[in-house]
Amino acid sequence: MQKGKGIVGQVILSLIALLWLFPIIWIVLTSFREEGGRFVSYIFPKTYTLNNYKYLFTNDNYPFLQWFLNTLFVSIATCILSTIITVSMAYTLSRLRFKFRKKILKIALVLNMFPGFMSMIAIYYILKSMDLTQSLWALTFVYSSGAALSFYIAKGFFDTIPHSVDESAMIDGATKFNIFTRITLPLSKPIIVYTILMSFTGPWMDFIFAKVIMGDNIEKYTVAIGLYSMMTRSSSNSNYMAFAAGCVLIALPISILFMKLQQYYVEGITSGSVKG
Amino acid sequence: MPKPNVEKNIMYKLSFAIMGLYHVIHGQVMKGLLFFLLEILVIFFMGTAGVQNLLGLNHLGTEQQGWIFDKELGIERLVQGDNSMLLLIYGIVALITIIVFICFFISYIRSMKSLSQLVLKQQPIPNLKEDLRSLLDSRFHITLLSIPGIGVLLFTIMPLVYMISIAFTSFDHTNLPPKNLFTWVGFKNFENILTGRMSETFLPVLTWTIVWAVLATLTCFIFGILLAMFIQKKTIRWKKLYRSVFVLTIAVPQFVSLLIMRNLFHTSGPVNEWLLNIGLIHSPIPFLIDPLLAKVFVILINMWIGIPVYMLIATGVIMNLPEDQIEAARIDGASVFQIFKKITMPTLIFVMTPNLIQQFIGNINNFNVIYLLTDGGPANSNYYGAGSTDLLVTWLYKLTVEKADYNLASVIGILTFVLSATFSMIMYTRSKAFKSEGEF
Repeated sequence: MQKGKGIVGQVILSLIALLWLFPIIWIVLTSFREEGGRFVSYIFPKTYTLNNYKYLFTNDNYPFLQWFLNTLFVSIATCILSTIITVSMAYTLSRLRFKFRKKILKIALVLNMFPGFMSMIAIYYILKSMDLTQSLWALTFVYSSGAALSFYIAKGFFDTIPHSVDESAMIDGATKFNIFTRITLPLSKPIIVYTILMSFTGPWMDFIFAKVIMGDNIEKYTVAIGLYSMMTRSSSNSNYMAFAAGCVLIALPISILFMKLQQYYVEGITSGSVKG
Repeated sequence: MPKPNVEKNIMYKLSFAIMGLYHVIHGQVMKGLLFFLLEILVIFFMGTAGVQNLLGLNHLGTEQQGWIFDKELGIERLVQGDNSMLLLIYGIVALITIIVFICFFISYIRSMKSLSQLVLKQQPIPNLKEDLRSLLDSRFHITLLSIPGIGVLLFTIMPLVYMISIAFTSFDHTNLPPKNLFTWVGFKNFENILTGRMSETFLPVLTWTIVWAVLATLTCFIFGILLAMFIQKKTIRWKKLYRSVFVLTIAVPQFVSLLIMRNLFHTSGPVNEWLLNIGLIHSPIPFLIDPLLAKVFVILINMWIGIPVYMLIATGVIMNLPEDQIEAARIDGASVFQIFKKITMPTLIFVMTPNLIQQFIGNINNFNVIYLLTDGGPANSNYYGAGSTDLLVTWLYKLTVEKADYNLASVIGILTFVLSATFSMIMYTRSKAFKSEGEF
């Protein structure tokens, strides 16, 4: 009886898992498909080929390699900048006591609730006045400045480190800078990894801000807008297999990174809630 | 200890006008000079541009661009008028500069006061090196907050002030600078959206936004927990493998998976083909074309994205449940359902409430799912610039990018903010009440 129930559950779960895996299998198979266009009614390609991948790196219209390098640059720069910003914001507002602390916390909460797209156009004009539009640095600045307001998860983590550690170090004559670099940071590996993971993957997925800032300068596109532009053009039918190949190429490294670091992802999400 | 009076000689008073003078006299030369330099810079800015900018902020331009007859050339010549949009931006920059300077001036006076107290008590005055060192210790927060602060001021606060101001102007597709001027119109745009002609679009879109946010959050939350518990069951083998499968779907970038879904559920897409081939249906189902079906399928497809996330979080929580407590309950004869209701569920809700609130707010602003799946469509002829599945944010996006009705878009943005703020306030206070009740 017990065994029979187990098998039923096993089958149901396998079916659910298959349902979830299907779109991924579909895109991987499509990326190796030689024939057909956007819509085909069968799952397994009739002929397999690597030409779709080759096409991505050799065609003249869609400089995929350039997009890839652009995104890599933006995501590394963003990752460094926004990790520094997030950690220092979170640490300051969690561990240090000063006059405007509570006010800053409230202001950040309020600012966070405005939809980001609302100020998109204004940001565009500010960047234009600084002569920064259509540059990768502009994108980096925009992504990183967003980090300054999304420190709540990291703050929740810092809140859980007992204050007595700081106090005893202070009695021994350590400055706050020493405490920050020698004690708090080494204890904060999970949350730092989480922040790095989130800020590194961000630029690979955003396509709206990137599109507004880059306009029609196809050379400066990131992978996300590049691939999106492949699908919206009139040639989307013939591009579909190459698009699929591009998707596989960017989903692969991000997925591996994510699978490796998923433990930090869970810790990051739940750590913010320990002290509400 | 009685507070020593501030030394109020002529130099002290003069230092209110000439910044840094007092510091220089008492040996803090570098600091004093920096204060002085800043004052000069601000005065220079105000004299050359600032006052003009503030005046411009008031009227937003008087000269319209137009053709004027040039007597010397004998032809009509295009004369550049005022650009209301630039005047607004410059005005706001000037305004923020003044506010920042005032804050700075207040802290300057404070620094002067504490310096004069040191002088009166004849205590040693810190030199530059000691001042700088305090930035790593007692004033470490200033050091850490300065860079993020500048970023927020430049890329969040300034654009936000600009966009909020736009909500009170007539900056729409008929008044586009530089060709035309726009002016302040007060609350007219708010009236238009809340009670006027635009309310016919606004109210249905608002309703759908709330319905979407509630359903999208709840479905993912509930089924995510159920899935986590299902995998956790003792009879299930290969737990790790199943979990990895679902985690993999979180890791795939959303725009990839959403564009695939859009393709799969296209009216002439594979899903319809298969259903036709099997003979289940005789004509293709308009998954993302029919207004009602599109709404249903947007929520269903969103479950594909959201359930694994909650599964992952819930698994973490379930694994850390107090084992002995559950064992004790089981020995006392509690059923599986009772254990779930009394132990598992309260812990899950307690740990996940803040996250749930965040997800809810995130869903109100969920641009990606709607934009990538349906683009707000199908088009609805009763709406102004919006489709049947458009949320407030995607409507906002369309109003700016397609319609160039910036003032309406800003009002929508402000109203979305009000919506998010209200909901999270209600839920935060409620969850606090819930928590303190649990402490009895």
